[in-house]
Amino acid sequence: MARLKLKKLEEYLQCVDGFEKPKILLEQYPTPPHIAACMVHHIQAQHEDIEGNLVADLGCGCGMLSIAATMLGAQLTVGFELDDSAVDTFRQNVLEMELPNVDCVRANVLQLPGSKWDNAFDTVVMNPPFGTKHNAGMDMRFLEVGTRLATGAVYSLHKTSTRAYIQKKCKEWGAKGSVVAELRYNIDASYKFHKQKSKDIEVDFWRLDVTEMVKL
Amino acid sequence: MKLSTYNFLTSMAIKGVKVGYPLKLTITKQNVVESEFNPVFIEKLLPKLDWAALYGAAQVAECAEDIPPAQPDNIADNEALLQKLHHLLFEIDVLEGQLECPETGRVFPITDGIPNMLLNEDEV
Repeated sequence: MARLKLKKLEEYLQCVDGFEKPKILLEQYPTPPHIAACMVHHIQAQHEDIEGNLVADLGCGCGMLSIAATMLGAQLTVGFELDDSAVDTFRQNVLEMELPNVDCVRANVLQLPGSKWDNAFDTVVMNPPFGTKHNAGMDMRFLEVGTRLATGAVYSLHKTSTRAYIQKKCKEWGAKGSVVAELRYNIDASYKFHKQKSKDIEVDFWRLDVTEMVKL
Repeated sequence: MKLSTYNFLTSMAIKGVKVGYPLKLTITKQNVVESEFNPVFIEKLLPKLDWAALYGAAQVAECAEDIPPAQPDNIADNEALLQKLHHLLFEIDVLEGQLECPETGRVFPITDGIPNMLLNEDEV
């Protein structure tokens, strides 16, 4: 059960401010409120991995997924983000929406493993950079960090074209990966090089069960 | 920054740092944000908490009289202490201050409630 109806959650998430000046190298595309609401609502309604849990949001940007998790009752959500203006907007969003139990840490996600954050979280959620702008494989590096930080499950979005590769990596890591849903991710033309006004890309919503992973 | 988040922060990513924990906390501005008390969650979190680090943080946040210096047994049965832990971990919000690496003295500022743990390229 989720404490908020999906529609209501999406309505609240419409109020989350996005990137003021998106940075192309960091692939700062906001997670659309509809997708964030569907993801987090599914995570709670189907798996009860949000309410009363410790949740991380890797590459949280302005906090769309963190805020969604908090609204569905996460006991504490910690968003990790590299970019200074994104963390400022994150904090502004949290203050304006008067949300308790949500923190943002400015840090490099790739430097988190090996610290006290290992196995600190029940659940990790993320909409990682897809690794299309001079940072090939970035989404997979984020996903691997997620499996290190979570004890329960990792939820993430990846381009459908990489499905077989992700399945192979999950086996390598000892995680049980499954595609929850196929999404059409609508990216508005937020950058000048986007010729079409808006473009759909095919994205998979993954759940990685990491409960049986052998960890250091 | 909540003190529950502080409990997990280290400076381990700095080149040459071995433990990088606990970070020395300084608070210049803090706030209290009320939140729902969840004793089950605190019990679940206990094994992940570093009591000495939290006791230190409680002193800095000026609520040390609420928290015993050493972790008592059977916290689960002690509702009053669980309430105080809840307040310490989830309701105190550090708005301005800093975290200092115990080994190198590197300072990580906390501004508008956000700890900046980002390192320069030559530090990692």
